[in-house]
Amino acid sequence: MEPYKKHESIAALMNRSNVDTDQIIPKQFLKKVERSGFGQHLFHDWRFNDDGSDNAEFELNKPAFKGAKILVVGDNFGCGSSREHAPWAIADYGFNTIISTSYADIFYNNCFKNGILAIKVDKDQLDKLMTEIAANEGVRFVVDLENQQVTTLGGTGFHFEIDPFRKGNLLSGLDDIGLTLKHVDKITEYEQQHKKDYPWLWA
Amino acid sequence: MQALEYAMKKTMYEKIWDSHLVVDEAGQAPLLYVDRHLMHEVTSPQAFEGLRLSGRKVRNPHSILATMDHCVPTKNRNLPIADPIAKKQIETMAENCRVNGLNLYDMTDPNNGVIHVVVPEHGFVHPGMVVVCGDSHTATHGAFGALAFGIGTSEVEHVMATQTLPQKKSKTMQVVVNGSLSKYASAKDIALAITGKIGTAGGTGYVIEYTGSAIRELSMEGRMTLCNMAIEAGARAGLVAPDEKTYDYLKGREFAPSAQYWDQALAYWKTLPSDEGALFDATVTLDAADIAPQVSWGTSPEQVVGVDGCVPAPESFTDEIKRQACENALAYMGLTPNTKITDIPIDLVFIGSCTNGRIEDFRIAAEMAKGTQVAKGVTAIAVPGSYHVKHQAEDEGLDKIFIDAGWEWRDPGCSMCLAMNGDELTKGQRSASTSNRNFEGRQGKGGRTHLVSPAMAAAAAAAGHFVDIRKL
Ligand code: SF4
Repeated sequence: MEPYKKHESIAALMNRSNVDTDQIIPKQFLKKVERSGFGQHLFHDWRFNDDGSDNAEFELNKPAFKGAKILVVGDNFGCGSSREHAPWAIADYGFNTIISTSYADIFYNNCFKNGILAIKVDKDQLDKLMTEIAANEGVRFVVDLENQQVTTLGGTGFHFEIDPFRKGNLLSGLDDIGLTLKHVDKITEYEQQHKKDYPWLWA
Repeated sequence: MQALEYAMKKTMYEKIWDSHLVVDEAGQAPLLYVDRHLMHEVTSPQAFEGLRLSGRKVRNPHSILATMDHCVPTKNRNLPIADPIAKKQIETMAENCRVNGLNLYDMTDPNNGVIHVVVPEHGFVHPGMVVVCGDSHTATHGAFGALAFGIGTSEVEHVMATQTLPQKKSKTMQVVVNGSLSKYASAKDIALAITGKIGTAGGTGYVIEYTGSAIRELSMEGRMTLCNMAIEAGARAGLVAPDEKTYDYLKGREFAPSAQYWDQALAYWKTLPSDEGALFDATVTLDAADIAPQVSWGTSPEQVVGVDGCVPAPESFTDEIKRQACENALAYMGLTPNTKITDIPIDLVFIGSCTNGRIEDFRIAAEMAKGTQVAKGVTAIAVPGSYHVKHQAEDEGLDKIFIDAGWEWRDPGCSMCLAMNGDELTKGQRSASTSNRNFEGRQGKGGRTHLVSPAMAAAAAAAGHFVDIRKL
């Protein structure tokens, strides 16, 4: 995992709520057995017309949002199926930051495991950000995870809260498994006790 | 003093949580031990790839049970899979299980079926366990009083390598369903009614425990249907306290505790139910008698109404987001406000999935289908959740009833629940489906899904539109 660094990027706006993972990455693309290359299918059904051409109406197809690393989106983002292909597609497309009021649990977890910073803001703050982007499409935000601060040109910047564990992992780019395996002795100890307490599970 | 007493009383979730904590240090997410790990072909290949690349091994192969269900064909199983990508996934799964020494019920195995149908059949999940699967409907196994939840593919890799998972503790929600269900209302209707009541984000951050007389009265299969859809209400997991029904169900199954350990296991299981007076962070109460057979009208499982109701008008929602969602859903679903649910015509009926693909589901559907004919222009398919369900149904002659009524009787798999295997709706087609999700495109691009119970689906197949089965 790449360490998450302070960056200044275009913030793309999708003013939609309850965007589910079936929309983020439609199921016809789930059959791949590799981890990469899902970005080209991100939001496929919205992004492309039936003939495969770009749907000019779709937000992310606006020229102003090309190259955006930050996605500002409505409530309950990532609901529905637990497919991790959704954050893979988002990251592979180029986003490393999402800003919304709320996320589905599994999706939220999966973002951090894939190097995506999912920031939660309150409704007022989200409305302000959305208004700022709508008025000035292509505007860039600065995201500083270290100081938990987002700064915008229009002055709608804010401080955000984040679990210190998630933050540390993003900043260091440390893989979760490596972190857990530091405790391998405790796992082994637990298993020994488990065998004594629940012998039928090991019979 | 009182606070202290409360603090000592634990919910079932807290008991399971506490007994599975391996590491709980400040500044780090607690590490939870995982007893059972379920797998299918779609969310596992990249996890195996990751494991291989990092030179790590599966820590406890016996904790894993794997199946192939998402992209397997439900007919002509003997022919090679036409879709090259699906074929690749199937082959990759077989190879990964072989290399790592995992128990796999492959496509042709007599034990094959949808993961959440197969696992209970073999008694692989017991009360008090922590169970994970790279699949959001893992919540199904909460029916046994196990903490069962869906995880992402990175987490699948994590569990394989460490047998643990960093987890944040959830809040607890008690959903009390009092009274008794009326005739022809089912566990599915309870699940849909709850989602309708609390919304698809209502359970976010919570583990739900279902309690109340209507839950006690449900069969194990009914409890599986209910817990299966905990995720549709946004919850991390759903739980039902184990009782005699649970123990009877498990006894004698392949992976259930053997006779030697049965009493010891039973004694442990009996300690699991929430303590009398344990505090939940939230409580929601429903009366089972009020629950009519449900039909979803929109593109989210919370957009649901009783069969005697009508498609709502966007203006009927005071909440702006809900109003907008209704408008979008109606446009996608091709429905006009105030249409009676029973006036909505359907093109296809699907009975199956890990929500409603078990023997009791086919029994009640067959009872409705018996002596009827599938309406003109309607396709009806019955897809058992597993080969065991299929063979059991055939032993009972249910297949004949469906076939005589004009249904297709298929091999097991996820099939039209997510339409990955070629079984799908075409643009604009409308289904009555016993599955769990009605999102845009879930059953095929442009397809329109109405979620219902098996009895409702079977009745709709014969009528060509929804019917109030209480009035038949
Ligand atoms: S039947 Fe549907 S919900 Fe269940 S595991 Fe298969 S795809 Fe998922």
